[in-house]
Amino acid sequence: MERVPILKIGDILLVSIQVDMSDQTAVALQEDLAERIVATGSHGVIIDITALDIVDSFVGRMLSTIASISRVLDAETVVVGMRPAVAITLVELGLSLNGIRTALNVERGMELIGANRADDDHDEFDDGPDAESTASP
Amino acid sequence: MALSADESGRLAVLLSSHVDQITQRWAEVVAGQLHGRLSQAELIRQVQELHRALVDALDKGAADLASEESVELRAVLAELSRGQAREGFSATETASGVFALKDALLTVMEADHNADKLRDFVAFSALIDQMGLFTFESYVRTRESLIADQAEQLLELSTPVVKLWEGVVAVPLVGTLDSARAQVVMERLLQTLVETSSPYAIIDITGVPAVDTQVAQHILKTVVAARLMGADCIISGIRPQIAQTIVALGIEFGDIATKASLADALRHVLRLTGVETSRRQPRREL
Repeated sequence: MERVPILKIGDILLVSIQVDMSDQTAVALQEDLAERIVATGSHGVIIDITALDIVDSFVGRMLSTIASISRVLDAETVVVGMRPAVAITLVELGLSLNGIRTALNVERGMELIGANRADDDHDEFDDGPDAESTASP
Repeated sequence: MALSADESGRLAVLLSSHVDQITQRWAEVVAGQLHGRLSQAELIRQVQELHRALVDALDKGAADLASEESVELRAVLAELSRGQAREGFSATETASGVFALKDALLTVMEADHNADKLRDFVAFSALIDQMGLFTFESYVRTRESLIADQAEQLLELSTPVVKLWEGVVAVPLVGTLDSARAQVVMERLLQTLVETSSPYAIIDITGVPAVDTQVAQHILKTVVAARLMGADCIISGIRPQIAQTIVALGIEFGDIATKASLADALRHVLRLTGVETSRRQPRREL
């Protein structure tokens, strides 16, 4: 059985899906990813689907499940690199990837996760630099 | 009605024995209808070409226009009507060019006192009518292909995707948005988003004359597809009447940002990306 590799970059896990997903591959990926998130203490998961020509309801559900699992483990999931043709097909089929954030490429995805972490940090310390910038009209 | 071998032979003889008289009269009648839009020499050339093709076909024993023998005649007719359609002559003018042959034939036949001439003339007329109709069909076909070409060119011309700022692209939509165009716009926008890796797109509908539920559906689909890819869309250029129509039709744009002008949309995006847009303070010292 083929396994999907999981790479660690900083505190982000990068999953690049290059093979056709089967039930077994999907389940194995979910298990591996959950273990890796716990083991590395990562706060972000990027799933790269640049290589996927077809995203059907099965892959869509797998992505949703991975996002839910990661959220429980306090890691945010971003799906990156969706092709235009794939996006158009999903819209025409009426499938929407609920609860999944998307970005154009891996770089943007990392920025997105970084920005969200920064926001969270701000929430914990209320009077940060925000107060200064709003003070001067 | 098909010509008998006898009739076609007689017509061939008639046409070839009075070449000059017929072509001259023919060219005269056509010239009268075209009001000098085609030079005399050009007209004579066209008429002679048709005449020659017609005589050839009849010599070979063509019974009607659809027969094997008149393949060359058909080609000449098609070429003639294609030319006229491209040069902007009307369908009537094109077909009358052929029907004018009847006039020319009548003058020739009147001079020749023969009891059978009426029957012959009717038979010849039928052939000429077929030729006229064929011209008309070729004319329409040429026009249709012209229109199809133009529609395609229009499709290419009217869907530019422009880069407004680092990471911001805009699609100024102009004209009615039908399914075919919406598809082209969507594909081109998404492709540009990937190529430029821009996280923001502005769809400007200032040039769209009317927004109905179908157009709204197309725009919404584009926005959703862009979101799936990780880019955000803003709709701008909504004119007052269109805003009223949108509300009256009950179209919901949901959480999609809508702005009145392209400038507002750009300012909104720049604020989101954290670019400072400040007015320069007026100088007070002077």
